Amino acid sequence: MGDILGLVAKRLGMGLIILLVISIIIFFMVELLPGDIAQAVLGQGATPENLAALRKEMGLDQPAVLRYLHWLSGAVTLDFGNSIVTGASVAQTIGERFANTLFLAAYAAAIAVPISIVLGVLVALLRNSIFDRVANVATLTSISSPEFFLGYILILYLAVKTGMFPAIASLSNDMSFGDLLYRTFLPALTLVLVVTAHMMRMTRAAIINLLASPYIEMARLKGTPPWKVIVKHALPNAWAPIINVVALNLAYLITGVVLVEVVFVYPGIGQALVDAVSKRDFPVVQACCLIFAATFILLNLAADVGSILTNPRLRHPK
Amino acid sequence: MPKKKDVLLKIRDLKIQGYSDESWIDIIKGVDLTLHRGEVMGLIGESGAGKSTIGAACMGYARDGTRISNGSIEFDGMELTTASESERRALRGSRIAYVAQSAAASFNPAHKIIDQHTEAPLQYRLKKRLEAQEDAMDLYERLRLPNPKEIGFRYPHQVSGGQLQRAMTAMAMSCRPDLIIFDEPTTALDVTTQIEVLAAIRDIVDQFNTAAIYITHDLAVVAQMADTIKVLLKGEEVEEASTKEMLDNPKEEYTKSLWAVRSFESPQRHRPKDGVPLISIRNVDASYTGGDKVLDDVSFDIYEGMTVAVVGESGSGKSTTARVITGLLPPSKGEVLFKGEPFPPSYKDRTKDQLRQCQMIYQMADTALNPKVRISEIIGRPAAFYSGLKGVALKNRVDELLDLIELEPSQYYNRYPPELSGGQKQRIGIARALAAEPTFIVCDEVTSALDQLVAEGILRLLDRLQNELGLAYMFITHDLATVRSIADEVVVMQHGKVVEQGPKDEMFTPPHHPYTDLLLSSVPEMDPNWLTTLLEERGVDNVGDAAAARIDPKDPKITGVNA
Repeated sequence: MGDILGLVAKRLGMGLIILLVISIIIFFMVELLPGDIAQAVLGQGATPENLAALRKEMGLDQPAVLRYLHWLSGAVTLDFGNSIVTGASVAQTIGERFANTLFLAAYAAAIAVPISIVLGVLVALLRNSIFDRVANVATLTSISSPEFFLGYILILYLAVKTGMFPAIASLSNDMSFGDLLYRTFLPALTLVLVVTAHMMRMTRAAIINLLASPYIEMARLKGTPPWKVIVKHALPNAWAPIINVVALNLAYLITGVVLVEVVFVYPGIGQALVDAVSKRDFPVVQACCLIFAATFILLNLAADVGSILTNPRLRHPK
Repeated sequence: MPKKKDVLLKIRDLKIQGYSDESWIDIIKGVDLTLHRGEVMGLIGESGAGKSTIGAACMGYARDGTRISNGSIEFDGMELTTASESERRALRGSRIAYVAQSAAASFNPAHKIIDQHTEAPLQYRLKKRLEAQEDAMDLYERLRLPNPKEIGFRYPHQVSGGQLQRAMTAMAMSCRPDLIIFDEPTTALDVTTQIEVLAAIRDIVDQFNTAAIYITHDLAVVAQMADTIKVLLKGEEVEEASTKEMLDNPKEEYTKSLWAVRSFESPQRHRPKDGVPLISIRNVDASYTGGDKVLDDVSFDIYEGMTVAVVGESGSGKSTTARVITGLLPPSKGEVLFKGEPFPPSYKDRTKDQLRQCQMIYQMADTALNPKVRISEIIGRPAAFYSGLKGVALKNRVDELLDLIELEPSQYYNRYPPELSGGQKQRIGIARALAAEPTFIVCDEVTSALDQLVAEGILRLLDRLQNELGLAYMFITHDLATVRSIADEVVVMQHGKVVEQGPKDEMFTPPHHPYTDLLLSSVPEMDPNWLTTLLEERGVDNVGDAAAARIDPKDPKITGVNA
């Protein structure tokens, strides 16, 4: 087990280094955005004295490297400064939004991951059958459609025409959990449709890839029934690629939901990012980007660790 | 000995087709087979003879891309070709079991050995889990596996190859089947390990009076195991007879040619009285990144125009030595001299002329040749790279090289590797090495993937080239018959150390280092009583890994002319 802890620690260290590099990129990319922030805040009528005073107040007159270090030391303690637009703490503003996004992602993942793995196993078992083809065509169609299009189609049929679900996923604090699930069902379903195909097809491919292995033939020649050959003999060896594709899609659920949040007017971090960019609220933009990057790195790290843990050679060294 | 009773398996006019190039072609062309209860039949033939396909068909199983197109397979009164898939499946594992060639690949890496063992008995509800586990331990004990109570709870990668192969035999026995198909069960093993597996298989098949079909290409092995032998060639039966009859008095020409193989023996050369060795390996230690020492103080010389065979089991450091010489793995200590001058340790620091001196021929010609590149380019590239040939001169050189390896240039110039047979591919590998005009070639198990007759052709070719071009070879092999036929000097390695070295004639005459002795005595002989006699002489627990473990590589008796 010591070896595995070492491996995990190594990956974690690598993740931190990557995050540091990304923070540099984010900070200086935002620096490169055209336009003067002080000007944007005060408007066209501001006097040069006012602009200079604001720049001094915001620390904009300091060298970029110093400002980066200041920002980074704050970010480590989750203090991303204050919003330029509202003046409120960035951490507070996006904290709640991020929680909403996480909730939506978890909701979609809780539906999509089991469905895609079960479907993936089924189509691997019934490969080249009608069921396999139908499942392939259906999931491919859903993955090929842009998510805003899927979202509007769902709104049209499930909200506007039948009225089964609300078209707008507005949240309030006094909602019950069931009500919450009900109101966010359409955005979650849209996300499910977008990510299922990818995960299902990878599960199918990972399993079929193993079917030519000698140990699969051995299982067949022991009289093991076909479903058991897949579930007991192929699946446990296919986890590594499956976990990786699941992690990639979970990351997408968190970082790629901007369009879905906009379509359903869902108060998530994606919407916050879009607002902040249009208002040049750069502390919020930087914080959002850093959170997205950290999410990506953490999930990939989790996938790496998962792959290691499912590999018996690493789990049970000689 | 056969306890002939009633017929267990009766195959009549079996035809099996394989799908290739968009059509079905016959790969088994009408084979009959009759097996009685408790009888062991050996199926032998070269690769492509259809042995494994017939073995699988005995279980009513057609591999992916094959189909049983004609004939009848009757197992204990049940016709398998017309039975439903679930009826056939119900026989597998319970009444007919299978032992595969590579146990390391055929055990599922994700499950413990004992869980895979108990899968069939639990599936067929023959035993409760604990009973099945106890039975497994009992079988492990009968097969003389170390720690029979505990070994099953390990994962396959935690157990050695020979032990896994015995565990797989135990697994085949888990439901006490009437018939076991052994598909080349010892081919992937070292000779010393092979013995313990052979002994264990023979013993357990005897104890339970199980019938078996033993598939192999190794005549000496089948002679130890089978009551009757059936010889196959390209999907057809050549002949069948009792083992003794077949060995003493083969009828067909093809069978006789199989028996007569390895008649080739190159006359032994001796090193010059006073000369500088072409390659001299001096006190080399080597290890892979972060690993333990793989080579420990290895020293030997190779003289110009001579063949040094390096023998030992897998993991003994033979191929690592080759990697050190060619500069692929710089040694951690010691050096390699070329004509008395030190060779830079890494190939990256060697000059073009130094690089050309050492070439390699690989074990798997299949994977060593790029399937998408024409023969002309495979051979032409080193010729162009080392000698700067272009245009007509290059084409002439490639033609000349093809002539050297006895392939008609006009026929092969434009072809791709997948269009060639195994032996032809290996010849291309030789031509590629020759294209650099080397003085020294490392031959890494170059014949072990080939059928015996083809292998013999390659050995003759290498010998001829050596005489014509004055090449020196380092011949890595675990096959002592190959050593006998081509070597001038022999180096025996164990655990990364040289345990014995010297001229071939001395190495094959006693007294030996105990490890050399173990290696030599472990090579199966055609005599059907060889295994029995050997086990009586050495004792069942003094063969294979157990015996090898008892040997100290540092044993003082290390012979050799330069020791």
